[in-house]
Amino acid sequence: MATTTWRPDPTFYPSPTLAAEAPQERYAYVATFWRGEGEPQKDALAVVSADPAAEDFGQVVGWTEMPNVGDELHHHGWNACSSALCPGSPHPHVERRYLLLMGLRSSRIHFVDVKDDPRNPTVAKVIEPEEYKARSGYSRPHTAHCGPEGIYVTNLGSAEGDEGPGGIALLDHDTFEVKGTWEKDRGDQYLAYDFWWHLNHDRMITSEWGTPRQVEDGLLPEDLLAGRYGNKLHVFDLVRRTHLQTLELGPQYQMALELRPAHDPAKQYGFVGVVISIEDLSGSIWCWQRDGDDGDFTITKVFDIPAEPVGDEDVERLPEMLRPFRAVPPLITDIDLSVDDRFLYVSCFGTGQAIQLDVTDPLHPKQVGEIRLGGIITRAAHPAAPDVALAGAPQMVEISRDGRRVYWTNSLYGAWDDQFYPDGVGAWMAKADIDPDTGRMTLDERFFPHGEDFRGNRVHQTHLEGGDASSDSYCFS
Amino acid sequence: MLLAHTGHGAGGGGGLDTAALLAAVGLGLFHGVNPAMGWLFALSFGLQERSRRALLRSLAWIVLGHEASVLPSALVITLFASQVSRGVAMAVVASTLLVFGVVLLLRTRHFRWVGMRLKPWQLAWWSFLMSTATGAGLMLAPVLLHTTSSHEHAVSGALAGDLGAAVVVSLVHAAGMASAAGAVALVVYQVVGLRILRTHWVNLDRVWALAFLVAGLGVALAWWRG
Repeated sequence: MATTTWRPDPTFYPSPTLAAEAPQERYAYVATFWRGEGEPQKDALAVVSADPAAEDFGQVVGWTEMPNVGDELHHHGWNACSSALCPGSPHPHVERRYLLLMGLRSSRIHFVDVKDDPRNPTVAKVIEPEEYKARSGYSRPHTAHCGPEGIYVTNLGSAEGDEGPGGIALLDHDTFEVKGTWEKDRGDQYLAYDFWWHLNHDRMITSEWGTPRQVEDGLLPEDLLAGRYGNKLHVFDLVRRTHLQTLELGPQYQMALELRPAHDPAKQYGFVGVVISIEDLSGSIWCWQRDGDDGDFTITKVFDIPAEPVGDEDVERLPEMLRPFRAVPPLITDIDLSVDDRFLYVSCFGTGQAIQLDVTDPLHPKQVGEIRLGGIITRAAHPAAPDVALAGAPQMVEISRDGRRVYWTNSLYGAWDDQFYPDGVGAWMAKADIDPDTGRMTLDERFFPHGEDFRGNRVHQTHLEGGDASSDSYCFS
Repeated sequence: MLLAHTGHGAGGGGGLDTAALLAAVGLGLFHGVNPAMGWLFALSFGLQERSRRALLRSLAWIVLGHEASVLPSALVITLFASQVSRGVAMAVVASTLLVFGVVLLLRTRHFRWVGMRLKPWQLAWWSFLMSTATGAGLMLAPVLLHTTSSHEHAVSGALAGDLGAAVVVSLVHAAGMASAAGAVALVVYQVVGLRILRTHWVNLDRVWALAFLVAGLGVALAWWRG
């Protein structure tokens, strides 16, 4: 499927510093999925206008349906990105053209072409679940990154059944064929979720959520209280594909999700968000780092977000699962690191907080900003629609390459939305402008697609035209 | 000029003349200027260690790996050309160049490599694989046809001379590659910066594939003219 060009793709940048000079994105691509009663509706890639000069700024201007129903689109990733400029096997004359949309529930992978007509993306290729499972050895594909050997996709489950081990599949980035299981030795990793890497040091980091059985019908309270969700990070040799090290968080910390390594390839540290501590319902941010250039990795908790107590009058408003605790856990379900490695944005699906941390000193983050939207109890409204009580929370978070704009969508994952927002999570997307000097966040009142704008679908991950803070990796500082 | 010489005259090749040396060094320059053939890697190590010495040291290993690919190819091509008739040698070289050029042009897969923490010998190995995959030695075939005398006309001791010429050709070629790669890497390192990768990196892999076709057609034409 790949063709080559005479010039490098203009969206590829050798370093994070140069990427920060990228032009402003005109479009945001949002994975939307349908969940509900009655006649099923198709999942779709929504295109949202992000060009403030455009008349339709903040509106859904494109809608590309997937060919089947029930995929549960969740995360997506590019066929090629700035890692194509890495010196080992440089191939910058390919195009950033296709978004891989993974069906987390169906294990179907869609390649959607957004290049020629960004408002009317087309489904260019589909890998059917049977083929994907047979060739990769996995199911429930979650997150994709473009890297040195092709497109890497992490998966929650093994090919057959609803259990682990989860792990990483490798796709050929020229032919888009599934090449197979990536790991040669996955060590003690059984649960899987996210992965990313320190490219210049040949190290991959992976994290843990749960098996398909543990997530597809909702959070299992008994598994949570028994500490059976993921609580470890793993370090792999990116070249040999072997497991090197396990980083234990402790049994009370449950669900280690998004991994955000420093974008500067000279640095070997990064952040992971942990959803909940079963001791006090708090959420936490952890920082992994390496001892010197070649030493072992260690991990330290660097920030806590406490649960918010709920008064007697509000206990009935809590979802059933939380009533005994009389508190709202923050539920850190996504984090994102700005391309300049300065700010970490933390999403709290329970309390509705979008927290901004200054992580210039990675081991000592300082909270510098907070926005509240939705939330289990607060139901905070958006200034663009002050009368609309919002469900869900600032959840999936994406940052523009220059760090000046942050976007959030509000759904977590179908079955889990229903548990924490049983009267409906709805669908909305918000954007804040970031002051480049102070970092101050201001919600953009012109940008608030919500409700019927998303045609009854829920909204999950956003990627921005040309790349963003979670899509590209770099080999030059 | 060189291609016309590959088929010329009763004596077989034109020997190790200026044309041959210029062609060898030219191909080396062309190979070396391509970021994918090594200087980008050397630049990356230079930048990581913030050291021009690291850049040049890395480049030396890359040139060594390149030479390890090119020299044996040059010797094999020379041996072959010296053992068959001039016509056969030219026909085989022309068709090999054309086929290789078409394959390079059409294949969707590019050279794959994973790993950035390399010991010097691994960097040389990388360069050896990269040079071999892109047919760096094969590209010297027209030059080697020029410097090799056909067996029909060979005098005793000619083979040793031809092999010696092949060694010189591949060394001169490596020198060209090293100077181009070194010059570009240093200019990027010290003057223009990484931004140039975004703006001036023409798809030299495609140019390289086309060069195979041009060279193959040239040899074929010379052979046709007999």
